[in-house]
Amino acid sequence: MRTISFAEATLEAMREEMRRDETVFVMGEDIAKQGGIFGQFKGLPEEFGLQRVLDTPISEAALMGSGVGAALTGTRPVVDMHFADFITCSMDEVVNQAAKLRYMFGEQCSVPLVVRAPDGITKSAAAQHSQSLEAWFLHTPGLEVVIPSNPADAKGLLKSAIRSDNPTLYFEHKGLFATKGEVPDDDDYLVPIGKARVAREGDDVAIISYGIAANRALEAAKQLESDGISAHVVDLRSIAPMDYAAIADATARTHRMVIVHEAVRVGGAGAEIAAWVAQNCFDELDAPIVRLGAARVPMPFAPVLQEHVYPKAGEIADAARRLVRKQL
Amino acid sequence: MQHSPSPDVKAARTVDVDLGLALLRTMRRIRVFEEGVEALFLAGRVPGFLHLSIGQEAVAAGVCAALRRTDYIASTHRGHGHTLAKGSPMDRMTAELMARATGLCKGKGGSMHVADFSCGMLGANGVVAGGFGLVAGAALSQKILGKDGVAVCFFGDGATNRGPFHENLNLAAIWNLPAIFVLEANGYASTTSTRETTKLQDIATRANAYGMPYEIGDGFDAFAVYEATKRAVERARGGGGPTFLEFKCYRMRGHYVGDPERYRERDEVNARKSDDPIVRMEAVLSEHGVAKSTFEQIAREASEEFEAAVAFAEASPFPDPREALVGALTTDRDVPNDRGWDLAE
Repeated sequence: MRTISFAEATLEAMREEMRRDETVFVMGEDIAKQGGIFGQFKGLPEEFGLQRVLDTPISEAALMGSGVGAALTGTRPVVDMHFADFITCSMDEVVNQAAKLRYMFGEQCSVPLVVRAPDGITKSAAAQHSQSLEAWFLHTPGLEVVIPSNPADAKGLLKSAIRSDNPTLYFEHKGLFATKGEVPDDDDYLVPIGKARVAREGDDVAIISYGIAANRALEAAKQLESDGISAHVVDLRSIAPMDYAAIADATARTHRMVIVHEAVRVGGAGAEIAAWVAQNCFDELDAPIVRLGAARVPMPFAPVLQEHVYPKAGEIADAARRLVRKQL
Repeated sequence: MQHSPSPDVKAARTVDVDLGLALLRTMRRIRVFEEGVEALFLAGRVPGFLHLSIGQEAVAAGVCAALRRTDYIASTHRGHGHTLAKGSPMDRMTAELMARATGLCKGKGGSMHVADFSCGMLGANGVVAGGFGLVAGAALSQKILGKDGVAVCFFGDGATNRGPFHENLNLAAIWNLPAIFVLEANGYASTTSTRETTKLQDIATRANAYGMPYEIGDGFDAFAVYEATKRAVERARGGGGPTFLEFKCYRMRGHYVGDPERYRERDEVNARKSDDPIVRMEAVLSEHGVAKSTFEQIAREASEEFEAAVAFAEASPFPDPREALVGALTTDRDVPNDRGWDLAE
């Protein structure tokens, strides 16, 4: 298998899906001429023309709103939000329009829209360019929320999102675009939305995660190995739908659970997972559930401050170690 | 910028009597429907909220008469007229307002969110200015798919002070989209007079800011509305891009059924009664030889249609409560929607 970057994997997915289905098109700020801030759209205008690769004004509400309108009327738009933080400028279009129209109109329509949203902490981008906002959309009925952690999933999940008839938010961590990994060279390589991946098997503690935090969980698992602790790492891949079966399996296997995401801990996706496990797997638990996430502060600028805010492999390993050794 | 004022109604002009009768029929159907559902609402037989477009029927009738069934419209919270004029059946619409399973949206939308995709009606919208993006997108998809469809956005004065108005008009203009933006200038944004919220006398002049042609017309004159829309449709279909149409009209009723209307004097409303678009259309047609009995027959047929629609709705079941849990996603029926108290099941 070839090794390519996360950005190249998403580009490959776009190219394959645009070749496969001429109703797929992409629009956003700085994508046609500039190729996207992470190079994730390079070369698309040359192959598909400026009719299907559109540079838009800085008009997030119109970008999202026209994406919904186009999705309702026979096309499959992919809209790029530049930075996930700017979804805030189009919240009505996501929450009141995209998410609700199919239900509200009695299933007369579907909204096959993909919203690409580069999120997460990177290079001191600070408060308005570093957020992970997925929990808002987990809370909103009518949306799919997909969060890949590696190049192969980035390709397979993006292809599934484009083929999905539902509005799908595709959160891609800015820190992942340059990372490399093996990616199948297969036009029909699809990763189903809603199926978690067991990233590593283990018996002492389960670490439930998704996105870039799943990679940090794997690093933590390596550190734990030297202490004789075997960690079971689950990469959820999507949080809506959530693979509760995989979470239940992990609980039954390890009886201890650490949940980790880069998003703010309070009210995050981890809260939903912990509550679900507490209600449905109570008898399987030997210890309290531990949730890790960013502190409830806007992301600071200074690198020393930024690095103090969110959990990395070291903090994840520490939490798991304390949990296993009953040092809570 | 093109700006041609609509012809004065009193001026001599050729009148297409058949078109006039069709427009009158549509306006009468809307009027009968709205007066009928208002009575049902006051009798407690229609849940939710009702926003009536009484007095504005000429805009819905005139615009939709210039469209094909496959063209798209996006409507507002005051959307009964647009829906009926676009070709939606009155019986399934009544059933929707009466919260029945046979309603256009299976009882999940109601008056404020009624939609009928079979005739290109992309939905009433509970969010003021919610339709702009949908219309820009529908027009964009026509271009991408190589179709010659046109998309029309209805909106009121209030919507023109929201950001999506600006963003989408600009987008439609730069991309030369086959879109038409129809302002029903009824004088109010909810309960606040447009005079207090907007400095301009003619909001349509904002189209200049987007490099978009506009027309301002008499919104009580269904012929004038039709003619202006026809010009805009021809421009859009011919690749000439979007048009802004402003039709001056008046909201004869409150913002919603039950509105105490403390913000305006009755004299103001009474002074506008002679503008009633149905009265005016009948006067024009009378001058051109149409008998009063024809108007009576049109009114009678509309009443009969509405009575049949209510009978259909009342004979229809309410939705199965379990339907509440499905329909947001295409995959809903495969994944049980756990309400938290379903564990015992």
